[in-house]
Amino acid sequence: MRKELGTFVLLVVLCIVLAIMNPSFVSGVNLQNLARLIGIYGIFSIGLGLVVITGGIDLSVGSVFALLGVLLSIFLVEWQLPAAVAVLLVIGITTSLGVFNGFLITKVKIQPFIVTLCGLLFYRGLARFVASDETKGFGAASGFETLQSMATGSVAGIPTPFIILVAISIVAWVVLHRSIFGRYLFAVGRNETAARYSGINSDIVVAGAYVLCALLTSIAGILLAFYTNSISPSSHGNFYELYGIAAAVLGGCSLRGGEGSIIGILIGTALLQVLQNLVNLLGIPSSLNFAVMGAVILIGVVADQLLRQRQAARIAT
Amino acid sequence: MANPLLEMKGIGKRFPGVIALDRVDFAIGPGEVVALAGENGAGKSTLMKILGGVYQPDDGQIFVDGKKVAIKSVSDASVHGIGFVHQELNVLVNLTAAENVYLGREPLKFGFLVDRAKLNADAEVYLKRLGLNISGKTRLSELSIAQQQMVELAKALSLNARILIMDEPTSSLTLTETERLLAVIKDLREHGVSIIYISHRLAEIKEIADRVVVLRDGKNAGVLEHDEINHDAIVKLMVGRDIERTNRGQNADGDSETIAVNDLRTRRYPKRSVSFDVRKGEILGFAGLVGAGRSDAAQAIFGVDTPLSGSVNIDGKNVKITSATDAIRNGIFLIPEDRRNSGLILDIPIRENVTLPALRRYSSAGLVNKTAETVKAKEMCQRLNVKAPSVESKAANLSGGNQQKVVLAKWLSLEPKLLIFDEPTRGIDVGAKSEIYQLMRDLAASGVAIVMISSDMEEVLGESDRVAVMHEGAITGILDRADANEEAVMRLAVGH
Repeated sequence: MRKELGTFVLLVVLCIVLAIMNPSFVSGVNLQNLARLIGIYGIFSIGLGLVVITGGIDLSVGSVFALLGVLLSIFLVEWQLPAAVAVLLVIGITTSLGVFNGFLITKVKIQPFIVTLCGLLFYRGLARFVASDETKGFGAASGFETLQSMATGSVAGIPTPFIILVAISIVAWVVLHRSIFGRYLFAVGRNETAARYSGINSDIVVAGAYVLCALLTSIAGILLAFYTNSISPSSHGNFYELYGIAAAVLGGCSLRGGEGSIIGILIGTALLQVLQNLVNLLGIPSSLNFAVMGAVILIGVVADQLLRQRQAARIAT
Repeated sequence: MANPLLEMKGIGKRFPGVIALDRVDFAIGPGEVVALAGENGAGKSTLMKILGGVYQPDDGQIFVDGKKVAIKSVSDASVHGIGFVHQELNVLVNLTAAENVYLGREPLKFGFLVDRAKLNADAEVYLKRLGLNISGKTRLSELSIAQQQMVELAKALSLNARILIMDEPTSSLTLTETERLLAVIKDLREHGVSIIYISHRLAEIKEIADRVVVLRDGKNAGVLEHDEINHDAIVKLMVGRDIERTNRGQNADGDSETIAVNDLRTRRYPKRSVSFDVRKGEILGFAGLVGAGRSDAAQAIFGVDTPLSGSVNIDGKNVKITSATDAIRNGIFLIPEDRRNSGLILDIPIRENVTLPALRRYSSAGLVNKTAETVKAKEMCQRLNVKAPSVESKAANLSGGNQQKVVLAKWLSLEPKLLIFDEPTRGIDVGAKSEIYQLMRDLAASGVAIVMISSDMEEVLGESDRVAVMHEGAITGILDRADANEEAVMRLAVGH
């Protein structure tokens, strides 16, 4: 709880500073756009968080975004498939990639970093090949306007991706913090051996995390594709897995596994988006975008570490 | 003592909420072996960590050669000739023996290159003195735990240690290795090295110690001179009360066979197979040297390790076990040797550890009911007399004995048919030990079949109804209680 609190305080302070320095931060348009982005990023960050809690990692998320974006465009625009069929296909394909990852990691016993690093390269290449390196889009989305409005629309002024995130977060919170599966996830992340000695099928639990991550990646990926409406297969989704991992870590997930919370991941996601927003609103050159984010994350992590060392020292004496 | 080499006077140390040491005195003369005994939490480790420079005392003084000294760090300790061989060895298994001995102070040539010839030659002198005839170039990963320990001892000697602190040095050694270590200790004593020997094994203390200093609750509880050392006297000082020490009688029901294991082969010994049966209400001891394949068999029966072949029958019915989940469903439970890694998840509360194997029982519709969990965990902690502030305390914060009880609580909350204990009392203090024995007997009396793997001869002989002895992957004999004695067991354990 304390870990989330630190990030939350940082988030609030940043928001207040930003609102004072540039009042347009709190304008309706800006807040709406911010909420929309938090919605999209939050969904796949939760997926990555689940994987991080098992002590694993998924580096392929960004490339999967490119691949599924390209496929979605082909299905809808070129093949003119019904929206529901196209969406189900994309979700199905992406989720099966998660099953494949889970299989390689738990049965073939390859390190998650390696498996998903290969995925990062492979799916990016595949996306470019499938799209013949052409930028894909949805044009005016004629015939699947409802689907597009899931990404670009709003209900009562609240962007739909944000609403979807809230719904997913509630489900994910129950799964992670109240269900048997969630308990197993933490147990396996903390100590896989002891979990196995307690009769937990740790392979299924770990693979399950990768499948859930892929499922959430597919939902976020569909929203992202419509949000950008322009999928350049060589750059679409670049680095997005790192945003997700950063959000999870800022929110208290430990890369060693066994620690983390949905609330934390959401706060971490929001913090990253507010930082992006800060760069834009304060007129910082956008080339410094990554530098600002890296610096703030580092400061946050260092402050957290120092605080913890001080606490440990207090307990020891 | 006229001229003690080392004297600690009135040592006090407080941690938040506990007084770890309260005016403790300790002294050792040159060439003496002094055993330090006490239950877990009595303050032995704290006292030795102060001597080793790991902790700073709040009160008291330390004298070496009659001169007051301040030991502010581990390097201060080694300047005063104090060497520490920790229970968990501090060695790097990817380096060679000689590199370990001289780690951080390698002899150099030309001022920057390691002089490997000198390094190996110098290290071998110390290794040989400890009876370890290996080349300095041997990688530690190729050595047994006992040999690695000798390397660590060699390191302490090479630092000219005059006072050696040994913390539970025999806890992971076999009987023969223990004997060899005790011989080395005696030899070091002849050469004037003083040794502070921490151990739970009273037989060893009796064999080598000139004196035993007993601590209880952070205070001096008493000192026994060599002639006064005996089991009951030490235990009485350690726990401050008499412990009932009963040897159990045969209570196994003659013919009610419950569990039969047939032709079990494990990956470690693919050419040997293990067959045995355990009756309801029986404690079947498993003796043997470390590495005889006892734990491998246990892990295969429990399903955490896949056996190459073999079958398990319960009440004549063949049960298929390919994972721990299967074993647990059939009432076969393992209390593993390595409780901190395999038995428990240390960073989670007692409650979550206890309910982990049968979480479904405390859940509805896939959601965990924390209240039901808490009720069960409290009930189990009370039944097993787990000493913890609450069931929400992390397992990491418990003593070894209480951790073992939590592992037991995981299984006793279900309905065990066969309980396999692997080294049930290793590193556990005397008080908790006798509680665990009592629990085992009660379980047996209630009709549970028990397999107890133990390298502690006293335990195997004292607690078992029958003793199976293993050697290199096979059972070399099963002795009835009447025939089981130390000599018979050892003969089978070495394969005769």
